[in-house]
Amino acid sequence: MRQVVGLILLLVLVAFLVWGVLVIHPFGYPPSDMDDYIIENAQEETGSNNVVASVVFDYRGLDTLGEATILFTAVTGVLLLLRTRKRREESS
Amino acid sequence: MLSKIVRTVANQLFLFILIFGLYVIVHGHLTPGGGFQGGAVIVSGVVMLLVAFSSKDLQKSLRERFLSIMESTGALIFAILGFAGIGTVFFYNFLVGTSIFGRIPPTGPNPGDIWTGGVIPLMNLAVGLKVIAGLSAVVLAMALFSIGEEIEE
Amino acid sequence: MMEHIPLNFPFLAAALLAGVAFYIIIFKRNLIKLIMGIALLASAVNLFLVALGYRAGGNAPIYTDVPPGPMVLPVPQALTLTSIVINVAVLALMLTMVVHIYRHTGDIDSKKSRRLKG
Repeated sequence: MRQVVGLILLLVLVAFLVWGVLVIHPFGYPPSDMDDYIIENAQEETGSNNVVASVVFDYRGLDTLGEATILFTAVTGVLLLLRTRKRREESS
Repeated sequence: MLSKIVRTVANQLFLFILIFGLYVIVHGHLTPGGGFQGGAVIVSGVVMLLVAFSSKDLQKSLRERFLSIMESTGALIFAILGFAGIGTVFFYNFLVGTSIFGRIPPTGPNPGDIWTGGVIPLMNLAVGLKVIAGLSAVVLAMALFSIGEEIEE
Repeated sequence: MMEHIPLNFPFLAAALLAGVAFYIIIFKRNLIKLIMGIALLASAVNLFLVALGYRAGGNAPIYTDVPPGPMVLPVPQALTLTSIVINVAVLALMLTMVVHIYRHTGDIDSKKSRRLKG
């Protein structure tokens, strides 16, 4: 029973994904109003040659702040979980 | 711990990997790369040292306290650079125009000049520090956990 | 140079990769295989994001010694960078949790370690 429900769900999902992919813009000709502005004006406004770096750190700096926070939290979580139980036996 | 040939070659190769990783981090505003990519390169060098020497020997050189201070410094410098331009908006590029990193490159294709970019090279260095310290601590803790010990203070 | 590619083939490849990843997540019970399915889903999403921003005959969006011509869109590449870093962090956390589950229950079958012990 679970197998049949899972199979129907998988077929519906894959059909939706494939249909969705076939009706968006043709590959190689994207709509690009915001990116044309960024490519034109990134050298004067931010002063760097690398447009991707200026998008990551200047035009969209808040996303990079959130990503740095996620990296910090994940490292803290991993270091917290990988401690053994030696100290509890020594202190009691 | 592997044989003596592997240990000697790993010792010499780590220096070149460190130099290449720092080159990718520092030139993040001129060539493809930046903080995250250069940090990943240096962490792969640390993993090579971890495989050549055993994790117990590497733990004496890379203490957890040093890695924790390095990661916190990187995060703090990134947040301070975000707040420093608060007069206009949050994350304003306040160094473009004058002073330290403030030259503006000519429009169109040009050979790059390092003293451009505003606040972007400083942010690259802060994020690079954070990625190096964080990922090396994770890899070291996992390697020590698999032989039954824990990472020490 | 690539001219008009019929049927949006790179997008179709990303959708089929996502389909394989969903098959693994729905039908497999071993926890390590579930984590591999999640990593495959992450790779499919990254491929789709980078393929969205391609312009036919374009160069990399970097002005240092670039040959003349149009440039590829830079914003999807920035989003993919963030996505890769977040996936690495979440995958590391998931693997340590699986290590803990194995230590406490001795089994990594997702049907047996389902109830919270209280």
